[in-house]
Amino acid sequence: MSSDPKLERIAKGNALALCATGTWTASFAPVLERMVADAEKLAGSPQSIFIDVSEVAKLDTFGAWLIERLRRSLTHGAVEAQIAGLSANYSSLVDEVRRVRATPVVETSTVTITGMLEQIGRAVAGVGGTVAGLIDMLGAVLAAGFRVLIHPRSFRLTSTVHHMEQVCWRAVPIIVLITFLIGCIIAQQGIFHFRRFGADIFVVDMLGVLVLREIGVLLVAIMVAGRSGSAYTAELGSMKMREEIDALRTMGFDPIEVLVLPRMLALVLALPILAFLGAMAALYGGGLVAWLYGGVDPEAFLLRLRDAISIDHFIVGIVKAPVMAAVIGIVACVEGLAVQGSAESLGQHTTASVVKGIFFVIVMDGVFAIFFASIGM
Amino acid sequence: MAGEIQNPIIRVRDITVQFGATRVLDGLNLDVKRGEILGFVGPSGAGKSVLTRTIIGLVPKVAGSIEVFGVDLDSSNTSQRRNVERRWGVLFQQGALFSSLTVRQNIQFPMREYLRVSQRLMDEITMAKLTMVGLKPEVADRFPSELSGGMIKRVALARALSLDPDLVFLDEPTSGLDPIGAGDFDELVRTLQRTLGLTVFMVTHDLDSLYTACDRIAVLGNGKIIAAGSIADMQASQHPWLRQYFHGKRARAVMG
Repeated sequence: MSSDPKLERIAKGNALALCATGTWTASFAPVLERMVADAEKLAGSPQSIFIDVSEVAKLDTFGAWLIERLRRSLTHGAVEAQIAGLSANYSSLVDEVRRVRATPVVETSTVTITGMLEQIGRAVAGVGGTVAGLIDMLGAVLAAGFRVLIHPRSFRLTSTVHHMEQVCWRAVPIIVLITFLIGCIIAQQGIFHFRRFGADIFVVDMLGVLVLREIGVLLVAIMVAGRSGSAYTAELGSMKMREEIDALRTMGFDPIEVLVLPRMLALVLALPILAFLGAMAALYGGGLVAWLYGGVDPEAFLLRLRDAISIDHFIVGIVKAPVMAAVIGIVACVEGLAVQGSAESLGQHTTASVVKGIFFVIVMDGVFAIFFASIGM
Repeated sequence: MAGEIQNPIIRVRDITVQFGATRVLDGLNLDVKRGEILGFVGPSGAGKSVLTRTIIGLVPKVAGSIEVFGVDLDSSNTSQRRNVERRWGVLFQQGALFSSLTVRQNIQFPMREYLRVSQRLMDEITMAKLTMVGLKPEVADRFPSELSGGMIKRVALARALSLDPDLVFLDEPTSGLDPIGAGDFDELVRTLQRTLGLTVFMVTHDLDSLYTACDRIAVLGNGKIIAAGSIADMQASQHPWLRQYFHGKRARAVMG
């Protein structure tokens, strides 16, 4: 049924007829475009031109537009190209296409050095905005927290418990597994290198101090930022996209109180618990490796551990956990509420949530290290 | 292909769709004729969208067969299926525009995939489609989140039409539009059906659309087609739901 389209030139006395035949549809678009471009060179000839489409077997928007394009380029001054032999079926389609205004397309995205510099400048200026946004959210969360303290009945217990389950209970297996493995690796590396100096037993000191003070909480915080921070951003972001947050607001609810506060609270409670479990798992893993690989039996390990660490080490570690949780939560919620209408924006903000969350966790850890060093803990 | 002209463009036979224990469609039969606008009505939750999605292949069916353009979609191979998909366009209820692409990119997306067309022609056709659905060329570089509900529907229709399909599925095209906008949309569907020779399968709740745009109406109830025919047939029907639907307060208002 479909035959190759053709555009033949037939001179009829003083006039020139362009006879279109065959199938003028999208599947033949490249051929059609070439033929039309060829025929457009006739523009400027003094002959009057008409385009005969009576033999066209099939026409769609693409074909109709190309005929219209040809008609427009052959029309100049007083000489107007005509379309002839249009069947009733297709005349309304051609009429429709004739209404199209040819607006030149302006492509705006060009990469220039000034454009790149501008982007860098905007990004740097945006840092201030980020910090302000975080402080803003911190204030809003605290204000909502105080409101809930004054009116305890507005506290959303169910929601908080639900989020506790999501970020704490369900995170336990993976957190314990990973910290256990990290404990094993620290012990193995310690024993391997300390053995050369005959200082195998000091691996217990290293493990205890490192795990309780730093690795335990830092590692868990980074994992929580990746696991729960991203989830918070995605949840809030998709709610924002579907106007659910606007709906809450119009019903007289404060989204911070309803959505952000329970999530923040759940995270602030969850991270110390997870950090504690993580530290225990890491010590257990380290102890196991010290026993099986280093020959330090469990009794000796525990004795040494009791000498090496004090409660201070544990406190230094665990005190950091709620603060880090607050930072992760605030970053995640700010990013979630900043999501715009598109799926791409949701992806960008979820990425930003994890990256910024981890960055701020490490910055906080550094600040704490300086603080504890200066108070001598 | 010659037989295709007499045969219905969509032939649905005895299809059954089940979600868990609930049977949504139960041995349903339906024919859609070439070149007609079929309005598809039924109570909320009766499975109108489910049938549409089953025909398009988004919902699996338990039993029955579906033929579109004379191709049985179950026994067809990938290239046959591709060929069928290329010849239909779908307007989803919420528009389902790709949110990270501009209007222009949304409309050109199927063209890029299926056709070998120069960028210039694609841009020109995009403008033609936008004009056809009654939008200004200026919206071409906007993102879907910057459009109003009615504009989203129009852009989604332009995307559904971008490959010049023979068949379009419209899922509640006028829901969420103001009466004037909805009226324009009905008019638009009519015009496009005339100019492009479309067959339209339209799920709707809008009585105005049924009166002004549709050639034939099919009514879904209890998982089956309980009636199909012209608007006059519907009004004459004694089925209780149809009586309520076409003789209720709102129907009388429409008939004036």
